[in-house]
Amino acid sequence: AQRSSGSPASSNGSQSFAIVSFKWNHVKDPYVITLWVLVASLAKIVFHLSHKVTRVVPESALLIVLGLFLGGIVWAADHIASFTLTPTVFFFYLLPPIVLDAGYFMPNRLFFGNLGSILLYAVIGTVWNAATTGLSLYGVYLTGIMGHLDIGLLDFLLFGSLIAAVDPVAVLAVFEEVHVNEILFIIVFGESLLNDAVTVVLYNVFESFVAIGPEKVTGTECVKGIVSFFVVSLGGTLVGIFFAFLLSLVSRFTKHVRIIEPGFVFIISYLSYLTAEMLSLSSILAITFCGICCQKYVKANISEQSSTTVRYTMKMLASGAETIIFMFLGISAVNPDIWTWNTAFILLTLVFISVYRVLGVVLQTWILNHYRMVQLEIIDQVVMSYGGLRGAVAFALVALLDGNKVGEKNLFVSTTIIVVFFTVIFQGLTIKPLVQWLKVKKTEHREPKLNEKLHGRAFDHILSAIEDISGQIGHNYLRDKWSNFDRRFLSKILMRRSAQKSRDQILNVFHELNLKDAISYVAEGERRGSLAFIRSPSTDNMVNVDFNTPRPSTVESSVSYLLRDKAGPVCLDMQALEQRRKSIRDTEDTVTHHTLQQYLYKPRQEHKHLYSRHEIMHNEDEKQDKEIFHRTMRKRLESFKSTKLGINHPKKLNKIHKRDRGQKRRNSSAIPNGKIPSENPVQDFALKEKDLEFSEPEESNDYETLHLGKGVDFLANVTKQNFTDTPSGIDNPVFSADDDQSVYMKFSPWLSSEDTVVPSQRARVQIPYSPNNFRRLTPFRLSNKSIDSFLQADGPEDRPRSFLPESTHM
Amino acid sequence: LGESTGLPLSALSHPTPVTSDQVEHLHRRFKQLSNDKPTIRKEHFDSIPDLEFNPIRCKIVQAFFDRRNLRQEEDGLVDEINFEDFLTIMSYFRPIEPNMDEEQLQRFRTDKIKFLFHMYDSDHDGIITLQEYRNVVEELLSGNPHLEKGAARSIADGAMLEAAQTCVGPMGPNQVYEGITFDDFLKVGSGGAVAGVLGAHSVAPCA
Repeated sequence: AQRSSGSPASSNGSQSFAIVSFKWNHVKDPYVITLWVLVASLAKIVFHLSHKVTRVVPESALLIVLGLFLGGIVWAADHIASFTLTPTVFFFYLLPPIVLDAGYFMPNRLFFGNLGSILLYAVIGTVWNAATTGLSLYGVYLTGIMGHLDIGLLDFLLFGSLIAAVDPVAVLAVFEEVHVNEILFIIVFGESLLNDAVTVVLYNVFESFVAIGPEKVTGTECVKGIVSFFVVSLGGTLVGIFFAFLLSLVSRFTKHVRIIEPGFVFIISYLSYLTAEMLSLSSILAITFCGICCQKYVKANISEQSSTTVRYTMKMLASGAETIIFMFLGISAVNPDIWTWNTAFILLTLVFISVYRVLGVVLQTWILNHYRMVQLEIIDQVVMSYGGLRGAVAFALVALLDGNKVGEKNLFVSTTIIVVFFTVIFQGLTIKPLVQWLKVKKTEHREPKLNEKLHGRAFDHILSAIEDISGQIGHNYLRDKWSNFDRRFLSKILMRRSAQKSRDQILNVFHELNLKDAISYVAEGERRGSLAFIRSPSTDNMVNVDFNTPRPSTVESSVSYLLRDKAGPVCLDMQALEQRRKSIRDTEDTVTHHTLQQYLYKPRQEHKHLYSRHEIMHNEDEKQDKEIFHRTMRKRLESFKSTKLGINHPKKLNKIHKRDRGQKRRNSSAIPNGKIPSENPVQDFALKEKDLEFSEPEESNDYETLHLGKGVDFLANVTKQNFTDTPSGIDNPVFSADDDQSVYMKFSPWLSSEDTVVPSQRARVQIPYSPNNFRRLTPFRLSNKSIDSFLQADGPEDRPRSFLPESTHM
Repeated sequence: LGESTGLPLSALSHPTPVTSDQVEHLHRRFKQLSNDKPTIRKEHFDSIPDLEFNPIRCKIVQAFFDRRNLRQEEDGLVDEINFEDFLTIMSYFRPIEPNMDEEQLQRFRTDKIKFLFHMYDSDHDGIITLQEYRNVVEELLSGNPHLEKGAARSIADGAMLEAAQTCVGPMGPNQVYEGITFDDFLKVGSGGAVAGVLGAHSVAPCA
């Protein structure tokens, strides 16, 4: 307390208390790391500011250049290369997220469908590359062009094995921007992942051979090498599968700890990586297969929010790691200590890896095409050869070499750096124009179509059946057996019960489409300006709308935007709009949208939840949503079905009949509760309208039996000329057809309880119109009974379209 | 080859180009299924154990007896098929040979889609109606025991709607969408999933 200012601690180390001190050494390590990460991320922002640049130059190349630049600065300032990409950091922290991301989002069906090809390229191709490159370099060395080097055959083979492997990080980085068709991508990418086993084995074998010395290499050692390949690869895979099983099992029980659910995915996957590394198996294979095998069960088990969290976190980690890797590749290059230049060696390496890659691809493709249904054409082969990029894995491996045992380590390092730079920068730059020039078939981004999924599924079954009938074991047979096994045993163990029900892919597409429909419908309504969606925190926020005023401008944010963002449950408290005073038809457009509120999303009181780290609210409306979807879909198809079966007329008769019946009862009915400024002429007008439109709840509430397909029963009843209309449950007027009512909103529906069905006029769309076509607008109905009676609302009351308000004077 | 294995000579000169190895194999299989009789009936397919788990088994078996698939002019179903008919059906799924030209490939694909179409269109009127589609989808999804009853129907309805929108576009108030015709089917079903299935997966007989 003696010092009064914020000056740093006194330099004489006295006993006085320092208020503030500068503790650089204390924070140095984490600070520097964080700074670098920040710099890399900022660099990404800067790169993407210019679209022109990023379209041409792949991001990885830009990052390398940036790294070179920064390394130069650091070196100029310090004359020491203080930051390099150490193999430890790379292999333990930077590589796992990338590979996990690849495995977790691997398109499994595509992957396993092409597994044969992938394995061929990965194993045979890598061995071929390594052998040919190493041997050729050795051959050239023997001719003496390279001058004198402290090097032997084994060193060359070692070098060949680490430079031969296609790198997953680089491939991902470049192919992501190129968008080739999925089969091509999966083959190159799968190859880059699976060749790790080969690389690991070859690298370890040759490194130990170099260590023990070439004289002691005997036949048994070679045999051991070959055996170790199988052990390493299969062992790694098994480790991955084991941890995937563990992860899926754990995720089944995490219902009550949803907050840390995403953590399990990362922790257990990382454990698989480390375990494989510990057992000297292929860790990349382990974590890849962990991701591949667990994705289905984990995605089914964990909640929606957790799934999103996992996805985003994984992408963030992977992308961040990739950024750092490339930047540090650049920085590490600025290290004069390691630079050794040998023109022949470097140039020849470049030549050999390119040439042998092309040769290898061509040969293997020729063999493969005899067995593949979908042939790989010349264009595909070009892309595959050209896309065989080397990257950080090679660099890390070469940096890992023991300088004492490998005489020319620096030469190897320099060459590797140049090779990596060349492939990433040059090939990365030119692959996009090349792809475009060759007109490689691109991925077609199409929305999942229900029909396609159904047909695909049907074909799967047909092909399996044909295979069964003809007594063959084929692709489909295997896949079928697997999926049976999976359904009967695996899913029961690994998937949550609730997830088992709804894991059918077709159902997912269906729900997605429903959601999309709902969103586009709402968006359309917004666009038309007849709805003002106000996102209100609670239904207490009732606004008293004055009909005279035009639409309030307090639209916070487009609800469809919110919905699209899947921002969880949104409270849609829709407010009616619109008085276009001019035409009568416009006045018809006064609406409210409790329809949507009723039929799609239950308005949710936003809980004033105290901040809790242990709990989040999760969506309990799933069942309800499902019911609503079923209902709406069924109703939509009624029009379809009805027009097809020609039950239009009986239906109309029904309604008119009912209307007549209804009218007699109505005239004396009281106006339902609600604030209706009766001075408003439109209102009066509307009032008269209202008289005609009261619905007749004539039957009991069929809510419970909704999802048992009552809709069809209804139609069946109608066809029997049964005049007691018995539609099931609440008729979603949005989707009922032939509704020609022209009723206004008579009172503020939002003042009524949540369950009031007050569909908007606009909301009644006749299917199979697309939502863009709101021509046949139908008004909604009101009940003269209490609000609750809306739950018992019956079928749509019909009214001819030409029935305009002004002509209804009852 | 002809008489020694009991193969009817006509099978070898069958218009559909199946290789003789495949014919041999299929003939052996046919005899196995039919208990050495010259024709097969529907019941014979029950002896295939793995077929039991196939949700659309009935429809597939029925497809074997569908006259349209057998390239006969009349309509309806036959009661029994001989080996030649068996071959005809199987030839729809023969593996794609590398020397097929574009036109053959196209025809090949169309044939497969037509097979599927006939399977859906159970009343043989050339149009898949909503009810027929519902039947198919329900059967297709019957393998999943946890599916609710109404879900399959809703899915079929949704798919029908989608087809209507794709093929006919926005419809007028009085337009009726009768059902999916074969052309519509081609349009709707020619999406990626089907193309992938058609292209990548034919049935290759093992040696």
